[in-house]
Amino acid sequence: MLGYIVRRFLATIPVMAVVAVVVFMLLRLTTGDPAAIIAGDNATSQDVAAIRTKLGLDRPIAQQFIIWIGNVLRGDFGESFFFKKQVADLIVERFEPTLALATCTLVLAVSTAVPLGVLAAWRRGTWIDRAVMGLSVLGFSVPVFVIGYVLIYLVAIQLGWLPVQGYQRLAEGFPGFIERLILPSVTLAIIYIALIARITRTSVLEVLNADHVRTARAKGLGEFPVLLRHVLRNAAVPIVTVIGLGIALLIGGVVVTESVYAIPGLGRLTVDAVLARDYPTVQAVILLFSAVYVLINLLVDLTYAFLDPRIRY
Amino acid sequence: MKAVAEPPIATDFPPAVTTRLGVARHLRRHRSMVIGGAILVLIVAIAVLAPVLGTVNPAQIDPVARNRRPGAERTVRNADGTETIVKYRMGTDSLGRDVYSRVVYGARVSLIVGVTVALISAAAGLVIGILAGYLRWLDNVVMRVMDGLMSIPAILLAIGLVSLSRAGLRTVILAIVIPEVPRVVRLVRSVVLSIREEPYVEAAVALGARTPMLLVRHVLPNTVAPLIVQATFVCASAIIVEAILSFLGVGIPPETPTWGNIMAEGRALFRLFPHNILFPGIFLAATVLAVNMLGDGLRDMLDPRLAKGV
Repeated sequence: MLGYIVRRFLATIPVMAVVAVVVFMLLRLTTGDPAAIIAGDNATSQDVAAIRTKLGLDRPIAQQFIIWIGNVLRGDFGESFFFKKQVADLIVERFEPTLALATCTLVLAVSTAVPLGVLAAWRRGTWIDRAVMGLSVLGFSVPVFVIGYVLIYLVAIQLGWLPVQGYQRLAEGFPGFIERLILPSVTLAIIYIALIARITRTSVLEVLNADHVRTARAKGLGEFPVLLRHVLRNAAVPIVTVIGLGIALLIGGVVVTESVYAIPGLGRLTVDAVLARDYPTVQAVILLFSAVYVLINLLVDLTYAFLDPRIRY
Repeated sequence: MKAVAEPPIATDFPPAVTTRLGVARHLRRHRSMVIGGAILVLIVAIAVLAPVLGTVNPAQIDPVARNRRPGAERTVRNADGTETIVKYRMGTDSLGRDVYSRVVYGARVSLIVGVTVALISAAAGLVIGILAGYLRWLDNVVMRVMDGLMSIPAILLAIGLVSLSRAGLRTVILAIVIPEVPRVVRLVRSVVLSIREEPYVEAAVALGARTPMLLVRHVLPNTVAPLIVQATFVCASAIIVEAILSFLGVGIPPETPTWGNIMAEGRALFRLFPHNILFPGIFLAATVLAVNMLGDGLRDMLDPRLAKGV
C-alpha cells in the first residue's frame, strides 16, 4: 500500500511538469517582449530592464524555465503589475471565498446527486428515472451563468428571499456568510449534480442485479439497507472517480459563478487578471487550480483501497 | 467500444426501416435524437436565414432607443416624411441595438464555433490517437503530454490561451480546441488498443499487411462511431465555452453579436432589464440541449451494447 502511495505520488510529477511547461509557455508564446508585457503599459524602460534581469530573459529558454520553476516552488509567483503586490499574497487574500463556495457546492452536489442516482436506478424505467435522467441532460446543457441569472431573477429579485450578489467573510457572521453562499452554490452544483447522478445511476444499475444483492434481499433485508450497504458500497468506485474528475468542471464553474455573483475569490481574480493582461497572476492561478485538481484526483485514487478492499496495489 | 467491429450474422440484421410501422418504431426508439435534431435544424435555419427574418443590422447603435422592453414599438420618421413603426421583439440593449437581431445573428457564431471546434478536435485527436495507440515509442510521451493538458481545467486553459492575443474568432476556436484534443486522443487511443488485439488484425499482420494499410483498413473504420458521438459532445461543450469566454469579456470582440456578448452587455442592468440575459440564455441552452440530445441518441444508435446498460 505504502509502495503504491509513493508510486502514485511520483506519477503526478510528470503531469505537473507538463502543466508547468504549458503555463510557462503561455507567456513565451505571445508576440513581443514578455518583460514589457509583464511590466504593463505604464512601465518605464528601467522597469522593463529590471524585470528582464529578474526573470533572466536574456538567458536561454531552458534556463529561464528553471529559474521560473525554482521561484514558483519557493512560493514566489512574482509581482502583479495590476494589483501592485505579490501574487502569492493576492492568492491568499482571495482564497477564502473560493474555498467556501467550492466546499458548499461539493457538499450540496454529492448529497443531492447520489440519492437521486440511486433512486433512478432503483426505480429504473419509471417516470422517476426518466425525470432524473431528463433533468441531468438539461443540467449539462444550461450554462452556469444562465442558471445563475435565472436564480437571481426568480429567488433574489422576484421573491426577495436571498441577497442578490456579494460575499461576506465567515468572520463577519455565519448567517450572512451562508445566506450569500446559497444561490452561488446551487448554481454551481447543478452541472455537477447532473454528472454525478448519471454515473451513480449507471454504476448502481450494474450492481443491482448482482447475486449478492439477490441474496441480501432473499434473507429478508429491507430495501434501504440493501441499497446502502450492499449496492452503494459496491458502486462507489466509479462515483468517487467522477466526483474527482468533476472538480475540473467545478473549477471552471467557479470562475464564471464568482463573476455572476460578484464574489471576490480566485475565479474572479482570474478574469480580472486576464482582462488586465496581468500574466504573473494568470500563470499563478492556472498553476494553482491545476495542482489542486491533480492532488484531489490523487486522493481519489488512494481512497479506492478503502472503498473496495479487494483492490490491492 | 468495439461493437461495430463484429459483423452481425445474417438473421441478426435489424429489420429494414421501410414500412410505416418500422419508421414509427425507429423514431420512437431514438426519440431524443429526433427531438435534438429537430431543434438543431431550426437553429441552423435561423442562423442561415438571419437576414430575412425581419432583422436589422445587429451592430446598429441607436442612442434614442436604448433599453426598450421586449415588444416596445417606436415610430421613426423617414427622410421623405413618411413614418414607419419599428418593433423591438426582444427589446434593445443599453446602446439601443435590437436584441432580437443580435440573438438571431448570434446563432451563427455559436454554430460556427461548435462545428469548427468539433471537426478540428476530432481530426487532430484522430491522428494523434491512432499514432499513439499504434506506435509504442510515441505512446508514452504523447499520453504524458495529454495527461498534463487535461489537468488544466478546460475553461482556465482556454482563458489563458485567449489572453495571449487580442481575441478574434480564430483565437477563440484555437483556445477551445486545445483543451478538447486530449479527450479525443484518449478515446481514439483506447479504441486502437482494443482493436489491435482482435484476431482479424492479427490475421492481417500475419498475412503481411503493412502498418499504414492496417491503420486505414482495419483500425480507422472502428474509430468512426465513437468519434462521431464524441464530436457532438465536443460541439456542445465548445458552444458553452465560447459563450462563457464572451460573457466574461475575454472572447470574441463585444461588437460582434454572440449570445455570450449579448449577455455580457446586459449584466450591468440585469435587475431592470432581464431580457438581455434571458433571451440569448434560452437560445444558448436550447442549442446545447439539442446537440447533447443528438449525441445521446447517436451513442445509443451507434453503440447498442452501451445503450442497454445505460
